[in-house]
Parts: sequence; structure tokens; C-alpha cells
Amino acid sequence: MKDKLQKIKEEAMRQIEGSDELGKLNDVRVAFLGKKGELTAVLKSMKDVKPEERPAVGQLVNETRESIEKKLEETRKKLEEKELETRLKREVIDVTLPSKKNLVGHRHPNTIALEEVERIFTGMGYEVVEGPEVEYDYYNFEALNIPANHPAKDEQDTFYINDKILLRTQTSPVQVRVMEKKKLPIRMIAPGRVFRADEVDATHSPSFHQIEGMVIDKHITFADLKGTLQEFARQLFGADTKVKFRPHHFPFTEPSAEMDVTCFKCGGKGCRFCKGEGWIEILGCGMVHPKVLRMSGIDPEEYSGFAFGVGLERITLLKYEIDDMRLLYENDERFLKQF
Amino acid sequence: MNTSLKWIKDLVPGLDCSAQEYMDAMTLSGSKVEGYTKMDANLEKIVVGQIKKIERHPDADKLIICQVDIGTKEPIQIVTGAQNVREGDKVPVVLDGGRVAGGHDGSVTEGGIKIKKGKLRGVVSNGMMCSIEELGSNRDMYPKAPLEGIYILDESVEVGSDAVKELGLDDVVVEYEITSNRVDCFSILGIAREAAATFGKEFVPPVVTKTGNGEDVNDYIKVTVKDTDLCSRYTARVVKNIKIEPSPEWMQRRLAAQGIRPINNIVDITNYVMEEFGQPMHAYDLDKIEGGEIIVRRAGEGEKFVTLDGQERTLDDSVLMICDGKKAVGMAGIMGGENSMITDDVKTMLFEAACFDGTNIRLSGKKMGMRTDASAKFEKGLDPNLAMEAMDRACQLIEELGAGEVVGGAVDVYPVKKEGRRIPFEPEKYNRLLGTEIAPETMISYFKKIELGYDEQTNEVLVPSWRQDLECDADLAEEVARFFGYANIPMTLPSGEATTGKLSFKLRIEGMAREIAEFCGFSQGMTYSFESPKVFDKLLLPEDSKLRETVTIANPLGEDFSVMRTTSINGMLTSLSTNYNRRNKNVRLYELGNVYLPKQIPVTELPEERMQFTLGMYGEGDFYTMKGVVEEFLYKVGMRLKPEYDPNAGRPYLHPGRQANVIYDGTIIGYLGEVHPTVAANYNIKDRVYIAVIDMPEIVSRATFDRKYEGIAKFPAATRDISMTVPKEILAGDIEKVFEEKGGKNLESYQLFDIYEGAQIKGGYKSVAYSLTFRAKDRNLEEADIAGAMNKILKALENMGIELRK
Repeated sequence: MKDKLQKIKEEAMRQIEGSDELGKLNDVRVAFLGKKGELTAVLKSMKDVKPEERPAVGQLVNETRESIEKKLEETRKKLEEKELETRLKREVIDVTLPSKKNLVGHRHPNTIALEEVERIFTGMGYEVVEGPEVEYDYYNFEALNIPANHPAKDEQDTFYINDKILLRTQTSPVQVRVMEKKKLPIRMIAPGRVFRADEVDATHSPSFHQIEGMVIDKHITFADLKGTLQEFARQLFGADTKVKFRPHHFPFTEPSAEMDVTCFKCGGKGCRFCKGEGWIEILGCGMVHPKVLRMSGIDPEEYSGFAFGVGLERITLLKYEIDDMRLLYENDERFLKQF
Repeated sequence: MNTSLKWIKDLVPGLDCSAQEYMDAMTLSGSKVEGYTKMDANLEKIVVGQIKKIERHPDADKLIICQVDIGTKEPIQIVTGAQNVREGDKVPVVLDGGRVAGGHDGSVTEGGIKIKKGKLRGVVSNGMMCSIEELGSNRDMYPKAPLEGIYILDESVEVGSDAVKELGLDDVVVEYEITSNRVDCFSILGIAREAAATFGKEFVPPVVTKTGNGEDVNDYIKVTVKDTDLCSRYTARVVKNIKIEPSPEWMQRRLAAQGIRPINNIVDITNYVMEEFGQPMHAYDLDKIEGGEIIVRRAGEGEKFVTLDGQERTLDDSVLMICDGKKAVGMAGIMGGENSMITDDVKTMLFEAACFDGTNIRLSGKKMGMRTDASAKFEKGLDPNLAMEAMDRACQLIEELGAGEVVGGAVDVYPVKKEGRRIPFEPEKYNRLLGTEIAPETMISYFKKIELGYDEQTNEVLVPSWRQDLECDADLAEEVARFFGYANIPMTLPSGEATTGKLSFKLRIEGMAREIAEFCGFSQGMTYSFESPKVFDKLLLPEDSKLRETVTIANPLGEDFSVMRTTSINGMLTSLSTNYNRRNKNVRLYELGNVYLPKQIPVTELPEERMQFTLGMYGEGDFYTMKGVVEEFLYKVGMRLKPEYDPNAGRPYLHPGRQANVIYDGTIIGYLGEVHPTVAANYNIKDRVYIAVIDMPEIVSRATFDRKYEGIAKFPAATRDISMTVPKEILAGDIEKVFEEKGGKNLESYQLFDIYEGAQIKGGYKSVAYSLTFRAKDRNLEEADIAGAMNKILKALENMGIELRK
């Protein structure tokens, strides 16, 4: 019996070692350990063994079985690893082959720039509001301290519908519309389309966008205006950006200023981009004129505020180094896809 | 506005700064300098030389050899081809290694031309004698210069001195951008006053002395101003025994630096005073003034008048005229008349310095299509107090230059004298507005610099009449800020009540539209809000189409930009056309932009502005691709009812058999379709184009960001397929309506899986097959449940004339 088991074991070991794939290995398992397997047959023949020898034989059978199973398991693992290795080798691809393109659209650079500005100001507690593009003369001019026959009215080359109605030349009328609602304090930006009678060329368009900003509260100062716009410039153009305020004149703000930022290309040293000046003019701003506050029903003795207006296209062109404004309105996909 | 920097420095003697320092400081104090031009930028090593001896060149007929004294021990030898020089002449000489600005033909070379000693036909030449053109100027500015040849300097100049300086070319022309509120700064004196204040130096304006002989001007002329609303002041003086000649060089130089061509003493004085004071003046030949009087009145309607440029103008009653006893002699503030202009043989002249209404001058000039140096000054609204000062200054110059004999006295029609303003001095208010802590005394010192007085008794700031822009606290705060320095004001962030930053719901929905469009491959375009009325024909809109009722621009840039769009289709098709004609393949664009729908014609109130979400594409994809984008969008903005599609949309610019209104809960919220081939051809597109337009107000009023979890199905689904032979005119939508109505609550979904028309199907019919999925939320469905629902569906389908195929 012992010899027989030894023989089975040796034969099993030989066959297991001879198996070079999982299928064959399984055949070996069935041949020895399956229902009709050789070892199973030995087990079945236990009834012929003398009862006093049975425990010893039984133990021997079990040992044989265990060693075969162990060998089978080891070999299975090895073969599986080998097979996986083969598969992985077989499945090598050329990763430099072209990608399969997902058809994804692109956002207009104006919108990307606007969303950036909106993110900065909503983060500072500003509400984004809108106003009509076809506007009353009153809101576009008169309520902004630009009375009839004011030279500033000529300067803006306004498109008129009739005496009373025009295409807004600036987003500033939204200031007045918000102030008239008298929900104070106000922190708002108003992006939108504006119109001026400029012929189309590389730097002009009869239709473009502005972003108006305004804060009205008690104790708002020119220092607040400076601090706010510095923060804006740093977030939009980079933390190292410096700002410079120059006195200027707008009928609806007093004091008024224009803000320059250090050229984001050369950092202020002067380059071709900033025409050697190191500074780039970016926006107009000022303290809301007391006449404007009064006309909108706000007491300038109690409240003060600041306002600013940024040309969206100006930011877009500068930020993305676009050299011709016409590109923004042609909608050539080869242009749009670059953003 | 331009000024010569030398002129400014003459009025602010302590001013010692480079052009760049001047530019930076002036800009920061509010007189923005756009740039400056150094007149001598390319002039180097140019001295005054005197020609001692001239000899012929041995080998060249056209050359001469000059021995030129340049103040050194030995004269230097220069060979020249110029024909106009003589021994003893003093001339500008550029030495070896020096530079000149350009050629003698007036051509300008970038960076100038380097001059080196060399040989001309074998004879050594150690430099070059210069023409005015080579020095970067021209005969217009230097009338003394010969037509051709070397510029001959005045005999009095010192040999060896700097010729550039002698010619006044050592100057810098500064260009400013003066804002419309600072009328006073459109003058040399105004700028000089600002410069003095900016640099903290003394401002020394010219001292205007008394002029005139013993006669009385009133014996010569009488002035009546009929329309005092348009002429707040009219001053006049008379000059007799006029001697017309060139003005002195110092005056010519100053005018040249200002870019003004010297003409003769009288014209030059007028221009000089206009530059200096910012007050335009006019000179009439008194002998041509009839009736010994001047009348200032509005023109008659249709009145004709010939201005001194020889043009005949037709006037109307808004134009102010200067007239004599019989006729008009000038258009007030704009241009004088041909009939009264001074000529070289003028004997007696009438000098006019007046103050005309700025707005009227601006509108009249615009109407007449005329803008002159004078009208450009008047239209800003001058200080009437300036008129007499300028008049007296001009007469002073007449006497100083010996240009004529000034008659004593002056006519001054000035019914209401303009006084300066008094504004209470409230320093704490200025500090509160600026966020500063500037001492009141400091503020008063700033005011003093720009000639704003302070009345201690009443605690008021005294604003001179030329500062018409200063009216209130905020204005004075700006003056304080300018001289304190904007840069010195601290930077803080607003304190006070917190506010929430947010986008409106509308803007959030628009953001969602952008995202969906981009996910689906559409890129964002932007197009103009105005277009040509011709686009309505291009879009095949009938004459009575509501879309042809537009908000029309009264003064458009041209017909192409003359009406506010009532449909976004043209913009989209134009953009697609641009892409198509540039051979871009498979283009998908979207736009979010307004259309403008008038509430009435003619327009009396603001039109309705409706945001349109417009999608357009050609190339890959079809009607159903576009339909998918629309449905994806509706789903994403929480509009989860099933949209319906009405093929009878009746839009002429779309393919009649491939268009549909999108109906949501009974309302048309937009439309989509294939663009009509004729319309596509009108836009030069030879491909199929698909368009969808969503009317965003309809979306905004229905959209929601509320979502509720509905659970995930736990029980198994059962599917049933139906194959049908359907009369052609029955739409898939009609069949689906039956499923919706008859399917019961357990019909979870249905899916079209086959549609076929062709040989195997009888005429007038199509084969349609759907797969229906049933599922209950709370249990396993029994066969009976499904059969019940299916029976109802099949029966309803049969009633529509649909045959079921087994």
C-alpha cells in the first residue's frame, strides 16, 4: 500500500511538473484527485485494509493527497502568473498613436475673462446684475451727470433710436438702475454689451463689452477704491502686479482716476508689449459724484461710494495676447478652439 | 494739446527737470502727458560756423571749398555743393562724428545720419554745413530759410556756440490729453500754472501793460450784441498804421515749436495769444467794416456767407454771426468772412476777443461741417474774463513788435460779469471721502498753488472764474488728492455690512446652457446686435413678417448695422458661413445673445430684450443630433417633462419638412430644424446646416435646480416588442403619445428600435418597431399586469389605422 501511494505521488508530481498550462494542470488534478482519480480509488479501497492498519494508512493517504494538492496549488499559481505575463506582453500598444478626440466645444475668450472677473468680485461679496442694452438717454447720460449738449455726449459717438432712446454707450446706466432700487448697501458688478459708433478695425468695434462695478455704503473712501482695485488686479494678472492711479475726469465720478497695472509681460521693466512704458492702462474709476447719488435718491451726506468700468475686450486682448479685435466677432472655430 | 517745454520753463523759471520727469510728474498730478518729442533727438555736434574763405574745387564745377571758423584756433575745411553761401555767412555746421536728422530734401532718417570727415573729389571735408531740412525742420516753420541750400543764421550769433540752441531746436514738444473739464489747461498759461504747482515752483505769467494812444476806440466802432445768450462778452480794440512784416524770431520759434506756421506779425500775434491764453481772437480789416458798427446776431434762415477760405456756406438761425451795418463779416467763433479779412495792404484793423456759447459753437460747427482751431477752443466753454486779458496782451505785443498803433480804450460788451465761486472749506469731508488724514493747512497750501484763495473770515475757498469745473466738496477733494498724490492715499478694503456675492438665476441658467453646448461639441461665438434689414430677404421672411418690425438706429454706421436684430439666425449663419468658406470641417457653434423686439412702431419705450440660446452646425450630425442637444439642456436645467415637437412650425428659413417647434408643457420654448437650402445658399453654404434656437426667458421661468432622489429599481423589468405597419403620415410622436396615455403607471420606458420604408412595405406605409419596458416599483410584475397594459396600447394603435405585425 505504502509503495502504491508512493508511486501515485511520484507519478502525480511528474505529471504536475509536466503541465505547462492551466488546462493540463486541471486534467492532472482530475486524474488523481477527481471522483475517478487514482488517489480517490485508493481511498475507496480503504475498506479492504485491516481495521488496525487503517489509521496509519489513512494518514498516509492524507499526506499524499496534501502534498499533491500543495504541488498543484503552487503550480497553478506559477502558471497563472506566467499566463498573465504572456497576456500583458501580448497586449502592448503604441501609446504614441493619435488620441480619439471627444468633440468638446470651447468657450469664447471674452466669456472666460468675464467669468474670471465675476469670480473675483463675487468672492468679495458683489452681486452680478444686468441692465438693458437699448436704454433711455436719461439713464445713459442725464442721471450720470451728463446733461443735454454736454461735450462728453459727443465724445461717445452714440447710436440713437430716437431723442429719448439709444444704444447704451457704457454699462454705467446699470449703476443708476440699481441705486434707484435703494437697497443699500450696494456691491455690484454689471457686465454687458455696449455700443459706440466706431468703424470696425483691429482695435475698434461698434459693439463691445464693459464691466461696471459699484459700491455704495456709509464711509466708503477713495482708499477703499484703491485697495479693492489693487486686489482685483492682483487676482486677475498675478500677485506681483502693481497698480498706479492717475487723476482723470469722468462726469459721474469725483475724484476720478485711471488705473494702470504693471505690464504682466515684462513686470514693469518696459517691453514691446507695453510700448516700453512698463504700465498698461486698464480701467477708469472714481468716487460716485454727489450729483449722481442725489439724482438716484441717495443722500451724499450719509452715503458715499466708488465705481469703476473695465473694458472686457481690453482684458481679453491683453490677457490672451490677441492682436486683432475682429477675431472676437468672426467666430472662426480655429480661433475659438485655442481657448 | 501740445506745448513747448521751453515755453513752460520760461513761465516757471525754477522748473529744472528732464522731459521724462516732467511727463511722469504732470501725469500724476492730472495733466496727462501722452508723450513728448525731442526736436533735437537726432542732432549732435552742431555749432555755429562762419565762412571765412570760399574757393572753387579744382576737380568739380559744382563744389566749393570753404574755410569755416568754428571758434577753434584754426578754421576747418568743408566742401559743399550748396550755392547760396557767401564769405562772412554764419551757418550751422555739423562736425566730424556728429549727427543730423535727415537729408536736405526733407527726408527723415530713423536715428539720424552720422556725419564723418572724408574726401569729396579728392579734397578733405571735415564736416557739413546744414540746411533747415537736415536739422529736422522745414521752411514752413523757418520762413527765413532759402528755397534750397544752407540755412544762414543771424549775424548776431556767436561763432562756435550751439547752433541747435540758436535755432531754438533744443526744445521738447509735449503732448497732453486734457480732459474736457479743464478748459483752462488748453493754454500755455494753464499748463504752466499746473506745472508750477506740480513741481512746487513759482509761476511767472507775463505782465500785461496798458496800451493805446490818446484816441478813443468808440470813435471808430460801436458794438451791439443782440443775442447775449450766445455771446456773453464781446471786446474790441482798433489798431491803425499797421505795418505787416515777419514777426521776430523768438515768436516764430515759439509758434514753430507749437506746430504753428509763422505768417506775419499780425497773424502770429493772434496765434501766439491763442496759444498763450487759450483765447481765440480775430482781426477784421476795419476799412471793410461798413457803418462803423459791429452787430452780433443769429443768422437768418438760409442766409449765405462766404468764409475766408472762399467757401460759400448756407446758414440757419442757430448760427451766430458777426455783422457790420450792412452785412455779415464772420461766423462767430468759427471762421471770419472773406469780405473783411486782413490782407497785406491792411491799414486799420479791428481786433475781436469774445466769449461765445460753447455748446452753440460746437453744434453750429458740426452742422456746418467746420472745426477750426478757434472753434475747438470755444466749444469747451471759455471763461469770459479771459477775453479782455487776451485782448490787452495782443495789443501789448502789437506795440512791442511795432506792428501798428493801438487806439486808446476798448469796447467791452459784458452785460453779466462772471464771478468766481465760493465753496465752504470742509477739510474733514475731503479726508472722509479720500480715506486720508491731511491737515487743513496742507490742503490750503495745495489750493494756493493753483490760485484758489481761502477766506479765513467766512472759511470759504475762493475759486477763480477760470476753474468752472470746481463746484462742490468732491471737486475740492480731488484737488487735494491731486497734490497730496494719488499714490500717497492708502489702500484699504471697504468695511461695513457684509454682502453676498452671487449670480442671478438667469445668469446661472445661461452658464448651464454654455456647459451643455460645450459638452456637445459647440464652441461659443459672439455676433453683433445690429444688422442689415436685407437679412430678412436672405432669410426668406415674407413682407408682413413680424420679425421685420425692428428697433431702427437713426444714425447707423451704414445699412449693414442699421437695425437691432429680431432673430439670432443671421448672426449664426454668418459665422457658420465664415467657417465654411475657410474650409473648416464639422463646425458647431452656439451663441447667447439678445434679440430686440419693439413693443410698438414707432418705438416709444424700451424694446423687449430676449436672450436667445442659438445652436448651429454643419458637417457631422443631423436633425436628431441637434434635437439631442436641446433635450440634454432641458433635462439638465430640471425641465423633465417630455418635450413635444410640432412639425408645423411655419418658419420660412427652415426646410419645410425638417423643422419643428419645441413645445414644453404646452408652450413653444424654441425651435429647431435644417436650414432651408435656399437660405443656406444665400450664406454660401453648400452643406446641410442645422439650427436650434431656445428662447431663454421661457427656460428661466421653468428651470429649477431642485432635484429629488427617486430610488433605483429593485424589481426586474419585463420588455415587450411591438412591430407595426404605420400609415406614413402618422408620426412617431403620435405613437409615443399612445404609449404615454395607455401604458399605465408600470410602463417605465419605450425605445424605437427600427423604422423602415421600402420595397417590402406596402405603399403609403412604413414599418415601425418599439421595445416597451414595464416595471413596478414595489413588486414583481405579473403577466396579467403587462398583458392588460399591452392590450390597451394595441387597441388604441389599431384605432389609428396601424397594423400590428406578428
